[in-house]
Amino acid sequence: MLQDQDRIFTNLYGMHERTLKGAQARGHWDGTAKIIQNGRDWIIDNMKASGLRGRGGAGFPTGLKWSFMPKESDGRPAYLVINADESEPGTCKDREIMRHDPHTLIEGALIASFAMQAHAAYIYIRGEYIREKEALQNAIDEAYDAGLLGRNAAGSGWDFDVFLHHGAGAYICGEETALIESLEGKKGMPRMKPPFPAGAGLYGCPTTVNNVESIAVVPTILRRGPEWFAGFGRPNNAGTKLFGISGHVNNPCVVEEEMSISFEELIEKHCGGIRGGWDNLLAVIPGGSSVPCVRGENMKDAIMDFDYLRNDLGSGLGTAAVIVMDKSTDIVKAIWRLSKFYKHESCGQCTPCREGTGWMMRVMDRLVRGEADPEEIDMLWDVTKQVEGHTICALGDAAAWPIQGLIRNFREEIEDRIKAQKTGRMGAMAAE
Amino acid sequence: MLRRLYHEQPESFAFTPDNQKWAEGQITKYPAGRQASAVIPLLWRAQEQEGWVSKPAIEAIADMLDMSYIRVLEVTSFYFMFQMQPVGSVAHIQVCGTLSCMICGAEDLIAVCKDKIAANPHELSADGKFSWEEVECLGACTNAPMVQIGKDYYEDLTVEGFAQIIDDLAAGKVPTPGPQNGRYASEPLSGLTSLTEYDSGKTQYNASAQLATDIGETIKRIDGTEVPLRTPWVGKDGTVASMDAAGAPPKPAPTPKPAAKQAEEAKKAAPKKAAPKKPAKAEEAPAVEETQPETLSAARDGGADDLKKLKGVGPKLEGLLNELGFYHFDQIAAWTEAEVAWVDSRLSFKGRIERDGWIAQAKELAEGQ
Repeated sequence: MLQDQDRIFTNLYGMHERTLKGAQARGHWDGTAKIIQNGRDWIIDNMKASGLRGRGGAGFPTGLKWSFMPKESDGRPAYLVINADESEPGTCKDREIMRHDPHTLIEGALIASFAMQAHAAYIYIRGEYIREKEALQNAIDEAYDAGLLGRNAAGSGWDFDVFLHHGAGAYICGEETALIESLEGKKGMPRMKPPFPAGAGLYGCPTTVNNVESIAVVPTILRRGPEWFAGFGRPNNAGTKLFGISGHVNNPCVVEEEMSISFEELIEKHCGGIRGGWDNLLAVIPGGSSVPCVRGENMKDAIMDFDYLRNDLGSGLGTAAVIVMDKSTDIVKAIWRLSKFYKHESCGQCTPCREGTGWMMRVMDRLVRGEADPEEIDMLWDVTKQVEGHTICALGDAAAWPIQGLIRNFREEIEDRIKAQKTGRMGAMAAE
Repeated sequence: MLRRLYHEQPESFAFTPDNQKWAEGQITKYPAGRQASAVIPLLWRAQEQEGWVSKPAIEAIADMLDMSYIRVLEVTSFYFMFQMQPVGSVAHIQVCGTLSCMICGAEDLIAVCKDKIAANPHELSADGKFSWEEVECLGACTNAPMVQIGKDYYEDLTVEGFAQIIDDLAAGKVPTPGPQNGRYASEPLSGLTSLTEYDSGKTQYNASAQLATDIGETIKRIDGTEVPLRTPWVGKDGTVASMDAAGAPPKPAPTPKPAAKQAEEAKKAAPKKAAPKKPAKAEEAPAVEETQPETLSAARDGGADDLKKLKGVGPKLEGLLNELGFYHFDQIAAWTEAEVAWVDSRLSFKGRIERDGWIAQAKELAEGQ
């Protein structure tokens, strides 16, 4: 188990001083100017060496992403945009950073922006996080008052501003190009790529979009050295990570742990076990709503990192938002609810997604009640395959995967329900 | 969930003075010419002030940001946090119904709403105080089930506790937001399993609930006086460091405007264009000082004289003279030299007044009446 002195977010629960003074007492904003004076290449090389993979769900190496930004400006400004539009069902980790440990994020924004030659960073926070927005803005104001932002930020010689911007309730704005559109004052509809944001992003200028957690861990990594961070987790899955465990565990919580911790240890140490014991575990969605669910019995020994969950379980770590479902859960209905979510959140730009999410939801709706033919399960599978990979952004994929996970893992549950509806009798599975 | 304009709209919309200042402060976050970026924050403040987003609000904000109305309307209808119809006068309750909350009892909370408020979402309660809706994931999943009321999250709810919150609100009280089961924030309910070495005693509430209790505007209609306005990114000299250092992004494509608006603006622009010409002319020929003669806003009771009787005055010049405020021969007959110069510089036929002897003619015509 991770020791407290190795935790980056030392005020995750907000029980200590939340002010700048408190943050400095816990070691933040320490020697920021010196880190910056090491230069852009030093920062990016160290980030690459730390093995940090983006914490927003896709897991793209952060240092590599930064290196895509142009080294020489062609006259256009560069921007860092921080994605705080935390809307993936199950995910509630960035909220804790922004309201309780905001200075990790602000300091990270300064260092990351310098490494990408950006003088301005926009933080795009989801609109519903009203108090979090206020808490973060208060922290930003404090940083300005202390000279840590603005001209010659933190004495580094770099002029730097942080602007807090907010959305208004659109999941799709978590997609980086939709976020940029939204930040420009438009509907959040994803752009075609290329051009990638590093070439033409916000206002047509070079832009990098990073998740809150990816930025907030940067100062500590650079202060303690990339080897320290890379020392946690298996190779290619380095570091510490915020996990948010919700659903049917005895003590749902957000907690910072090592990558590659076993699922069992995570649940037993921090969540007080599965409600009703391990035999009562039905299914787990290990990485937020967009990844396929996994059967409970496969989960107990699972290693919580990008590679294991993808390669061994056909799922994903995503945002490390672990949704635990015990045997009281109607798993078909649970996945139907996610289909409803994606139908609601499809931006409507691409036909396969706009229409497909509605079809999938309506078929799922009938499957919940068992009012379908067994062949329709394959038809639904087919529809998910026609949506997946045929849209501008990944929302179509995200809508398809939970249903594919359901059919892969719980097909007999669906068939049983259809049979029960046809014959008016309960099937073997439902009687259990 | 109405995603178009509501059938009944208020007459007008204006930000309160403090909200107006706040809105202007927000615009300074974005580079010159990119003020449209502020549209979501401004619409949101309009909703905080009025409870919902009306057509006049959309138009006022479009005018403020130099955007076309349709662009602001489409933003309003795209983002689900914008209510496009009136909501409960006390509170609009948003119940998170997505997976984590659903499996922790959100459906029971929705049943409470149906029972206590109205059978359907977005419907006003009988007393008009409340309305409710089921929303998608609010991002407090480890504190499920939860609802958002006004600015705040009420987390770790039970059916009884939630019903009590609605009763309290109806009675004019605002219960303390945050977890309702004794938790502080998102730590395990049974006690800390991490960060124990840093335990140094708590402030009373977590950051969100503390702000709510300190400011006390959970369900208040916001007028901008709640917290002082701060824009620390604008330096003492009125400049923004990052925009100075980095230069400006490329200019956005111009906003097309509706035809009616274009015509209106052209009209407004016309006298402006004429304005700089005048001093230029005055510089060329500063010989005679100009004084404005007495003018009339309309013809006297007997009706205007037929100024076309003057030599060289056709219908066009007559119209121009009328526009300047001259309707009668006696007015023209009384012009002094300086006044002639004033009129001359406003007519497009320079020197004609003297060349054609208008004053002498006008004297005769005025006497002959």
